Amino acid sequence: MWQVLRNELHPLGLEVVTVSLELSGPEASRPYIEAAGAQHPSLLDPTHQMDALFGVVNIPNVIWIDEAGVIVRPPEPGWPGPTQLPESFTVRLAERAKQQAEAEAAGAPARPNIMGLILSGQDRPTYPDAIRDWVRHGAASRFALTPEQVVAASQPRARSTSEAAAHFELANLLWRRGAKEASIRHFNESHRLQPDNWTYKRQAWSLVGNDRVGGEFGRFAQVPLPGEEADWPFGSDFDRDVGALEPGQYYPKTM
Amino acid sequence: MILDRLDIDADEFRDGTGWEIKPQGACQGEVCVPLPEGFAVTSAAERLGMALVHDDEQGLWALGPATIGGHALVTAQAPDLVLPDLDGNPFHLRSLRGQKVVLVAWAPY
Repeated sequence: MWQVLRNELHPLGLEVVTVSLELSGPEASRPYIEAAGAQHPSLLDPTHQMDALFGVVNIPNVIWIDEAGVIVRPPEPGWPGPTQLPESFTVRLAERAKQQAEAEAAGAPARPNIMGLILSGQDRPTYPDAIRDWVRHGAASRFALTPEQVVAASQPRARSTSEAAAHFELANLLWRRGAKEASIRHFNESHRLQPDNWTYKRQAWSLVGNDRVGGEFGRFAQVPLPGEEADWPFGSDFDRDVGALEPGQYYPKTM
Repeated sequence: MILDRLDIDADEFRDGTGWEIKPQGACQGEVCVPLPEGFAVTSAAERLGMALVHDDEQGLWALGPATIGGHALVTAQAPDLVLPDLDGNPFHLRSLRGQKVVLVAWAPY
């Protein structure tokens, strides 16, 4: 948890700020923030300003900013330590893997190892060591980039990326107004225009998944329910898109 | 940024996009893009490479972020992010000047 790393490094001059990219209001984020016992600023970004302003394209994404307000690492996948999923969640994942193994043993087609693809790429256990190094050594840390390197390492942004952001913002507003069909049209446009922006996709899939599944894990239901594939309103879903990736593409290694 | 009309002024443009209109043009950090015809949202958007998308049905426009330079960041100077906490109180990233900051984007999905 970020709170633990923050407590360790706060006396040395580091503050952590978390930002939740969720459009449906504070209650979706509140249980996580309260469970973390966060003493650092824990903010809400319902319109995904982090995407437009910094070039965040997936979550988690981490940005390092020095004492003068200068970015020294642009958005990249990052964790405060080895990933710890809630036990109830890992139990569900294990159940799903067992069902899939049984289905494959009975002749069903093999499916990509989604969890393996998500865990590939950026190294989770050592990421906080890089933060510790920077906190101690500042600009002399080998992880601190120059302003030119920061700009060059930030996400590429084409005209179509800007158009995707505009469609996403319309989708976001229309969903909050209850105009879901119109919203989904704009979500689909944002996905088509910037297919590697996972926050645009995960946000949209989770809204529909949560509508259909509900409960504690509804927002993680980012695929159509079995039998409801024809009724899924998006061009793709989490398992299909992540399953089509090569290892290391979902959370690219940047250090 | 969402617009329900196109005759916005420079202050609204700055609040929505982070680009400040100065005598030398539209500026963010040390980067300025000249606006020889003065400020209007459509021409500023064109100069900065911002997409302006119109939804006829809803009567709304959305202005995407700048694309000049071809990268999400045009400067390493952090934008002046202002976002609410769980209680709705606005927090200014700028208030943490003097400390190192790790800014973490996450989501409950």
